[in-house]
Amino acid sequence: MKSLRHGMLLLGLLPMVAFAAGDGATLQSANIDVGNTASLQRGARLFHNYCLGCHSVEYMRYSRVAEDLGLPPELAQESLIFTDAKLGDRIEIAMPPEASADWFGKAPPDLTLTARQRGVDWVYTYLNSFYLDESSTTGVNNVVFPDVAMPHVLWPLQGWQAARFAPGEHGADHGAFEGFELVEAGQLTPGEYDDAIRDITAYMSYLAEPMQTQRQRLGLWVLAFIAVLGVLAYLLKQEYWKDVH
Amino acid sequence: MRDVLIKGRDWIDARFPMTKLWNEQAGEYYAPKNFNIWYYFGSLALVVLVNQIVTGIWLTMNYKPSAAEAFASVEYIMRDVEWGWLIRYMHSTGASLFFVVVYLHMFRGLLYGSYRKPRELLWLIGMVIYLVLMGEAFMGYLLPWGQMSYWGAQVIISLFGAIPVVGEQLAQFIRGDYVVSDATLNRFFALHVIALPLVLAGLVVAHLIALHEVGSNNPDGIEIKAHKDAAGKPVDGIRFHPYYTVKDLYGLAVFLGLAAIIIFFTPEMGGYFLEHANFQPADPLQTPEHIAPVWYFTPFYAILRAVPDKLGGVIAMGGAVMILMLLPWLDRSPVRSVRYKGPIFKAALALFVVSFLGLGYLGLQPPTPTYTLLARIFSVIYFGFFLLMPIYSRLDPVKPVPDRLT
Amino acid sequence: MSDGGVDTGRRRFLTAATVAVGGAGAAFAAYPFLAAWQPSARAEAAGAPVEVDLSKLEPGDMLRVEWRGKPIYVVNRSTPMLERLDEHRDQLRDPDSSAPQQPAYAENPYRSREPEVLVLVGLCTHLGCSPSYRPEVAPADLGPQWAGGFFCPCHGSRFDLAGRVYQGVPAPLNMAVPPYRYLSDNVILVGEDEGAA
Repeated sequence: MKSLRHGMLLLGLLPMVAFAAGDGATLQSANIDVGNTASLQRGARLFHNYCLGCHSVEYMRYSRVAEDLGLPPELAQESLIFTDAKLGDRIEIAMPPEASADWFGKAPPDLTLTARQRGVDWVYTYLNSFYLDESSTTGVNNVVFPDVAMPHVLWPLQGWQAARFAPGEHGADHGAFEGFELVEAGQLTPGEYDDAIRDITAYMSYLAEPMQTQRQRLGLWVLAFIAVLGVLAYLLKQEYWKDVH
Repeated sequence: MRDVLIKGRDWIDARFPMTKLWNEQAGEYYAPKNFNIWYYFGSLALVVLVNQIVTGIWLTMNYKPSAAEAFASVEYIMRDVEWGWLIRYMHSTGASLFFVVVYLHMFRGLLYGSYRKPRELLWLIGMVIYLVLMGEAFMGYLLPWGQMSYWGAQVIISLFGAIPVVGEQLAQFIRGDYVVSDATLNRFFALHVIALPLVLAGLVVAHLIALHEVGSNNPDGIEIKAHKDAAGKPVDGIRFHPYYTVKDLYGLAVFLGLAAIIIFFTPEMGGYFLEHANFQPADPLQTPEHIAPVWYFTPFYAILRAVPDKLGGVIAMGGAVMILMLLPWLDRSPVRSVRYKGPIFKAALALFVVSFLGLGYLGLQPPTPTYTLLARIFSVIYFGFFLLMPIYSRLDPVKPVPDRLT
Repeated sequence: MSDGGVDTGRRRFLTAATVAVGGAGAAFAAYPFLAAWQPSARAEAAGAPVEVDLSKLEPGDMLRVEWRGKPIYVVNRSTPMLERLDEHRDQLRDPDSSAPQQPAYAENPYRSREPEVLVLVGLCTHLGCSPSYRPEVAPADLGPQWAGGFFCPCHGSRFDLAGRVYQGVPAPLNMAVPPYRYLSDNVILVGEDEGAA
């Protein structure tokens, strides 16, 4: 966001617009560090265990993940791949989309670019916003994605939480969302769960744009080079323009 | 070594006017010596054009122009092709920067009366370049085949449907199908990568030839040709090379720095250069919640929405672009440059700038009653600036114009 | 405009410096565009090393596998085949495999890691046709000199059972031996040397 605002200033003519978050629920800041390989490794472990059963990451290859996350091939094969895929293959799922559409009412979307499409804050808040809702077929609902078809896959980690809403007005079921209460604890404490979903979010941000840290590192060198060129060009211009009176 | 080079040059010159062309276009081309920051954007536009062509050629090496493969092939470029991400970001950022540079270049013309006689044709050629560029950008935006690509094209092509009698047929003809489809993508690809770039390159050459025929205008808006020295050179002119080549090189370095900040640190530019919804593959059955065109089209899009009639809106939008072409004949002021124009023109220009930026902002927003009202006010000012110009530019009390450059 | 007082030395230095730095910049900028022509991650994944199971390959038989889109010949040479390899040395262009057409571990009379098992890129070094496997000795169509080997149907190039080219045919070089290694006694991995990750 910092570089984003920086860019805004440059053009000066583009106003800030908050990215639409769906039902107006406020998003919490994901506050992730995609440059932190340890966080990405933890995120990858969770993501590959809990998400890849239903979601594909079809534009990404296991081998790229292994390389970028510093995992040796044997370890990558063991810890990232739970199908008969080879290391060089793209991250696809065994479940045919028609079957999954049957089970969930809708085929689970590919997750390669979700973090870029919806933003990392959305992903983080989404993972934190499942609550018990008896009116839903999966038994849960989500504050930032109302009537979501996805069950709360991470419940063994988080446990179950209930949502508090303001009383509904004008015949609405309920009013604005006010907060969560943990009804049944999971394996992780709330703090640990928070760290876990931040890791998943960081990993999804990495999946959406795997070259992002490399891009920024290179950018500094490019800027340094252009600065040198600019200084020389400026001196050259000043030198020639001494002629002009 | 030197002799060989000179011999080589003479050999070519006897067969092709290489030295002659260089002297006419740069070495012996005299430009006013008082160019300011506004005069960088012409050469920068040329640089961006070259960038778009080179990166574009490289993108076509891996891009697949089919509805089934287009989206995946862009991600393939971003991930599997070595350095593909850089080439792609250079192209996507370049597209937006092209419009930044061209808008500033056009505004320079507006400031200093660069469209006035004898530069009317120069201005018209420039306007045609701008129109072709809009077509080029629009067609290019369909190619990634994301949600915004798809629905943006759907909306814009549907505009043609507003034309009475032939409209629906025309829209169908453009799409080559009943909806935007594989056929549309394939033909837009052909137009985007070869047809329009060829036209664009030809027009740019024509623009430069016309410029060097009439000579550059300048911030004072007076002709440097009026005062010549014994050798017949304008006393207030300097050779384009080396003076403006080195100056433009400096400007280029600054511009490259800004471009690099975007490319390497914020290639999406907060969703303005690469829209968030476009990271989702095109889905003909589901429209995104909020469709906005890319930022460089939003002023005209806001005008379209401000008019409560389909055909009227399309006419207003088209008119808003085309009316710029009439500028050389709308401006009746005895002076060219804003420096010597009076308070009426300056106020009108300020209102116009506010309206244009305001419309650009509103075009990105969902239409609410307040916003629609604002868009209508801005649209009226936008057109008023041009349509009333023959009157207020004549009434405007101007300042005396100096004889020589200041 | 006057030419008086121009510091030509400084002017020349700055021009040279700017041209040098600008030229370096152009070279840096050209690099990604050249590198983009390298095989992509997809091509690399498709060209990953291939495992070949030798347990069902009888002596004298050949099997073909594909590696990086090229045919790979794997021949289990019988003892008589190996014995014949030395008999026609004087008819070969490069009997000692001195041209770099094989990894160092195949730079021996058998052009292989283990004498029996020959691994070759099944492409003629003339114009890239795929030679046919002709293990029989002196067949009618190839003449009495034929000691078993590979015959290219395109332009008649001849190779022996170590892929070495005969004299007097269009092909200039021995057939190439790809990198390969043994994963176990009966399984080889084509496309990877030892030590390579």
